Amino acid sequence: MLNDVMTIAIHIGLLLFMPPLLPGVINRTKAVFAGRKGPPLLQPYFDICKLFHKGMVISESTTWVFLAAPVVALAATLLAGLLLPFGPFAAPIHFTGDLILFVYLFGLARFFTTSAALDTGSSFEGMGAAREVAFACLSETAFLLGLLVLVRLSGSVSLTPMLLSPLAHPPEAPVLMAAAGLFIVLLAENLRIPVDDPNTHLELTMIHEAMVLDNSGPLLGLVHYGSAMKLFVLSALALHLFVPFQIGIFGADWGLFVIEMIAMAAVIGIVESTMARLQMRHVPTLLMAAGLLNGIGFVLMVR
Amino acid sequence: MTNMSAKQNNPMAEISNGQVLARSAIPDMPLPEFQHAIVDAVEAHHRICALFGSLDAEDESCLTLYVVLADDHRNRLYVASANVSSDGFPSLTPRCPQVHLFEREIAEQFGVKPMGHPWLKPVRFHRSYRLGTDAWNRGDNDAVEAGIMDYYQITGGQVHEVAVGPIHAGVIEPGHFRFQCDGEVILHLEICLGYQHRGIERAMERGPNKRSLHYAETLAGDTTVGHASAYTQLMESLGSCQISPRAAAIRGIAMELERLANHMGDLGALSGDVGFLPTASFCGRIRGDCLNMTAALCGNRFGRGLLRIGGVRFDADAALADDLIRRLDAIEHDSCAAINLLWETSSVMARFEGIGAVSEEVAREIGMVGPAARACGLDLDLRRDHPSGIYQFNHIPVSTWRGGDVFARAYVRWLEIQRSILYIREQLKALPAGLMQVDFSAPRPEALVVTLQEAWRGQICHIALTDAQGRFERYKIVDPSFYNWMAVAMAVRGQQISDFPLCNKSFNLSYCGHDL
Repeated sequence: MLNDVMTIAIHIGLLLFMPPLLPGVINRTKAVFAGRKGPPLLQPYFDICKLFHKGMVISESTTWVFLAAPVVALAATLLAGLLLPFGPFAAPIHFTGDLILFVYLFGLARFFTTSAALDTGSSFEGMGAAREVAFACLSETAFLLGLLVLVRLSGSVSLTPMLLSPLAHPPEAPVLMAAAGLFIVLLAENLRIPVDDPNTHLELTMIHEAMVLDNSGPLLGLVHYGSAMKLFVLSALALHLFVPFQIGIFGADWGLFVIEMIAMAAVIGIVESTMARLQMRHVPTLLMAAGLLNGIGFVLMVR
Repeated sequence: MTNMSAKQNNPMAEISNGQVLARSAIPDMPLPEFQHAIVDAVEAHHRICALFGSLDAEDESCLTLYVVLADDHRNRLYVASANVSSDGFPSLTPRCPQVHLFEREIAEQFGVKPMGHPWLKPVRFHRSYRLGTDAWNRGDNDAVEAGIMDYYQITGGQVHEVAVGPIHAGVIEPGHFRFQCDGEVILHLEICLGYQHRGIERAMERGPNKRSLHYAETLAGDTTVGHASAYTQLMESLGSCQISPRAAAIRGIAMELERLANHMGDLGALSGDVGFLPTASFCGRIRGDCLNMTAALCGNRFGRGLLRIGGVRFDADAALADDLIRRLDAIEHDSCAAINLLWETSSVMARFEGIGAVSEEVAREIGMVGPAARACGLDLDLRRDHPSGIYQFNHIPVSTWRGGDVFARAYVRWLEIQRSILYIREQLKALPAGLMQVDFSAPRPEALVVTLQEAWRGQICHIALTDAQGRFERYKIVDPSFYNWMAVAMAVRGQQISDFPLCNKSFNLSYCGHDL
């Protein structure tokens, strides 16, 4: 009982406070590869704090949608984080079919973010929104197909029993394929290289950054915080496939989870450091590859 | 054969780079003949270095056009002039696209219309030099602001317009880009510059004075040595002065260091634009090392204050030369590692190859210059074709590539980096003797002189017309960017709009150099 309460407290604590560490780790990894010293690990925290102390400039052409979008996106991601088990511990909320809610909470966040982008009437933001939605059509499919592999494997449509059930050992081909597919989805959904470059200042090449060009101050802080949390939640999901191990000791398993998350961020950093961004018109090919990996994995399970 | 016939029939005055021509020796031709001669010369593969107007000092209504053509195979320049009436003149652009921006410039500066020009829009958005005249019939009280003009528009259900700039997200110069897009594909790009117009050509008039060299140095900050070389060479020609071999060698070293620093920075920026960090960071640092070498030579990272009329202001003694060679070795070692990584990384090559291609035919037709032209396969380098200074004695191989895409422009830069490193080392190891500065006499009156320099971005052309007192009656400057901006618009047609920043960076043209 005490452990259950502790689990929920730690789960919520990590979900709220750990996300900005991941971009910090990614940036530091990239700095090492580039031969630079790099910003402090905690820089994303400083940035978000700074933004919350700033004023806001809001375009006159926007409506309430523009203000609501970052809040809805953050709330949706937070709720999705509560549906997902971290490490070997059950999620605070779980029920049959929560899997579908999990996927479409991100859909809801995307709906509001893209609507807000269109709300500004800026040609850059319109372009960003168009790209985001076009790529989401493919990545959402790949995402669901990847989860279907796990559903088939565990026989459950709730995230907690599904991800906590012992996966096949040694891992079978479908699991490996789903892991690869979901890693691509993770990069695409969080708009990392090779799909998007979160550090670019070139409006014409942006996807996600183009949509939030008009955000400033606390609103921009919410956007940054929300995207860090999305990265956190999806990484936590991917970890179930990459490292499905547990120690069995309460504290040690939480420690392992935190270390795994940091390692995951470092891996993303390494991917970003060793390859260039794809041409925009090649991104769908990559996403289709992820969909095919997951789809074929699913077909192999059904045979 | 075409060259021979062009030579025999050419009614223009023939000079070479930096040779002074008495104004009385410039053929004054009737306008139709003048234009005909230009078309003939361009058909014989001569390039138009400049086409510009000059007002008569006494009579403002009297406008004379001058043309400077280059025959790169024979190391010759051709000059001619023609009077035009204030009512306008028939445009040459439909017959010879190379002159299109020159004619727009003439229209803007003197309020005279090139009739039948297909794209007659302001270049730099300033008032006419002749008050009360305006090629666009704007009144004296109407505001003349940069960016206010009719833009080309495409209508249709799928077509959308994207406007970028003049303020950009990065710390770069101002320029306005208007895209007509079909979804993600660029149908047409119109580039509108002029935000940086400072009036340098007019400020040079009635010179030379103490400010003139400074104006040349600050014309385009990243091409300080290039423009200062063109200006000092021009003044030395007018003042009949021959700089010492040592001064020429030091100028050559500074020129190649400038090329090295900028090419290095460009390769880093290209790599940064595709999100490939290792090369981006290393090249950024190596660029700094190159600039620091220039600083070791003269105390300024961009080479300001190094060139003086009659020579250079700073000597490179044996100790400094050794130090520079040591630094150069380090730069060679580091850049090999950082830049070869680009060519070896397939994800980078996938972004560079086949993107933003300009054909050799288009390059020749619009008169491209510099590494961008050499990347299209044009075998064109003023250091070989119209050499001056140290390049007359020590040659540097011309680096060309084919394809004219982003990769070709990047690769030509890499070839030039390697050759510049070898060249600088060679010069530093065998610096000739000679005075730092020699005396020069007063500028020759009633003369015309043209100087050409191959700066890192391409051809720099300075032209001076002196009056009876030896002062500049007209000073014409053509920066390489002026020749090449059109190429950016051509390169991105049919490309993805998300690739525009990469294409633009692969040219890396100057805004202030164009805007003067």
